[in-house]
Amino acid sequence: MSENLENVTPELVKRKRRGAFAEVLFRLSKSPLAMFGLAIILLLIFCALFAEAISPYSPIKQDLMHMFETPSAEHWLGTDEFGRDILSRLIYGARVSLQVGFIAVGIALVVGGMLGAVSGYYSGWLDNSIMRVMDVLLSIPQTLLAIAIVAALGPSLMNLMIAVGISAVPTYARIVRGSVLSIRSMEFIEAARAVGSSDLRIILRHILPNSMAPIIVQSTLGVASAILNAAGLSFIGLGIQPPNPEWGAMLSGGRQYIRDFPHMTLYPGLAIMFTILALNFLGDGLRDALDPKLKR
Amino acid sequence: MNDVNDKYIIVKNLKKYFNTKRGRLHAVDDVSFEIKKGETLGLVGESGCGKSTLGRCLIRLLDSTSGEVLLKNKDNDSYVDVTKVSASEMKALRKRVQIVFQDPYSCLNPRLSVWELIAEPLIVNNIYAKSADMRRRIRELMDTVGLAERLENSYPHELDGGRRQRIGIARSLALNPEFIVLDEPVSALDVCIQAQILNLLNSLQKEFNYTYVFISHNLSVVRHVSDRIAVMYLGQIVELCEYQDLFKSPLHPYTQALLSAIPLAKLDVKRERIILEGDVPSPIEPPNACRFAGRCRYACDKCRQGAPELKEHEPGHFVACYRAGELNN
Repeated sequence: MSENLENVTPELVKRKRRGAFAEVLFRLSKSPLAMFGLAIILLLIFCALFAEAISPYSPIKQDLMHMFETPSAEHWLGTDEFGRDILSRLIYGARVSLQVGFIAVGIALVVGGMLGAVSGYYSGWLDNSIMRVMDVLLSIPQTLLAIAIVAALGPSLMNLMIAVGISAVPTYARIVRGSVLSIRSMEFIEAARAVGSSDLRIILRHILPNSMAPIIVQSTLGVASAILNAAGLSFIGLGIQPPNPEWGAMLSGGRQYIRDFPHMTLYPGLAIMFTILALNFLGDGLRDALDPKLKR
Repeated sequence: MNDVNDKYIIVKNLKKYFNTKRGRLHAVDDVSFEIKKGETLGLVGESGCGKSTLGRCLIRLLDSTSGEVLLKNKDNDSYVDVTKVSASEMKALRKRVQIVFQDPYSCLNPRLSVWELIAEPLIVNNIYAKSADMRRRIRELMDTVGLAERLENSYPHELDGGRRQRIGIARSLALNPEFIVLDEPVSALDVCIQAQILNLLNSLQKEFNYTYVFISHNLSVVRHVSDRIAVMYLGQIVELCEYQDLFKSPLHPYTQALLSAIPLAKLDVKRERIILEGDVPSPIEPPNACRFAGRCRYACDKCRQGAPELKEHEPGHFVACYRAGELNN
């Protein structure tokens, strides 16, 4: 079937059946912004995987003869206060930052999503008790909560991700609960129950896919704030330990030299910004691709 | 009616109350009736009179407050009480009792394709082990309800109301049910599609001997499909009889008023329009009196002092009115 014919007479032509995943990918490929986002994310993942091969210098080797150098042919993005190559540190830093961003959001999404879905679906006392616990957690500032958790568990990359993830759980629980509440009262949920679907199936198959939009938007933004949160923790010595490179730590490390050497904060900042921008584009595209109503 | 074996569904004193801030809302209040195998019981009444709630209680999409809904077992003459079975027994019962919803625009998950929507009941109940068998069954169902095969990968929003309603019907037929509650299946559709769907439902009933409860506020539609008709007013059945009797000799003043509101396509026939005064009273904590008394032009003191019961006034013609015998058109 030619593309053309399908557009002219959509009703007369049987639509091709693709797998669910292929279908989403196909629709995603029609959005240039989403593909741009995807390209940047893939580039970052590539950097993180092959950091040894592509970074021009060691990320931790100090070179005190070349401190505070602005970008040049040798050091494309300049050097920092210990003469370390900023480009190399950014490339290595992608490892930690991406890990922290994705895994922390993954933890928050799974735990918060399940809590929110259960509490929105069952309502009543279960909803009340879960949401009151979430309120208690929400009343503690996120960073403070993360500090407390990481201080209790001891500083390490894994604990950092757990801490950042858990501190974001209440936000996700609230958002998921809200959208579940609005979907739960729709007639097709009752229709699913009428044919004998179990609660788990109703939540996973009917409610969650239809409440995807706000969750995707929040998660893509959440990756950004997780990276920044992790950076804050690294700054006070509870996260990544120096001299290991990490974008947030580089950002805060360069902060005191920002008047004289803005390039030290500029590039890590740009790296974070582009990651977030790419994630947002990808998230928007994904949200549209997952909605069959926006197909054509 | 007197033959016990004739009764397929027996509803006894079914009540459904909702707790609201202003008191208990009597959505369905002490309703009793019987349905025969293979018949269509029409359920009419104005908006908010509890017909949909009653329909949902019959197949336990809502838990009723009290009362019984007895459904005859397949192989013997014993009955199972739908309102009291356990969750696992209810799951098995779901294969026997089904519902078609009113609004074909909101009763289908917008993210599932036609194929997935029809497959859902089959998957959920593990009907087919082999996917080839399931594929054959889905094709067959689509064929039965008149959906072209090419639509199987379309999404509900791409289809018109009639086709969507056909999907809803296919879903409810998938499990080979015996009893189907049709909750205003055509009221969201335009007239010529209404006729198509009604004819489809009719021919399905002839083919598979389904028992229907047909809920509607449209008297002419109900007349077209029903064997017997129950008229509801504020959570209670006020009249129940064969459809010819209802239109020929309605006994309850409310039914009379309803019938007089049907437009006639005859110029020379003059008919008295009975115009009901006032509004429907609140279903929240109603007084123990005839619910219709406040708007009834025949109401007497007796009507305001106690609620009349649904009694067999003539053979097969039940009515809940103290003055039913005196009133004749």
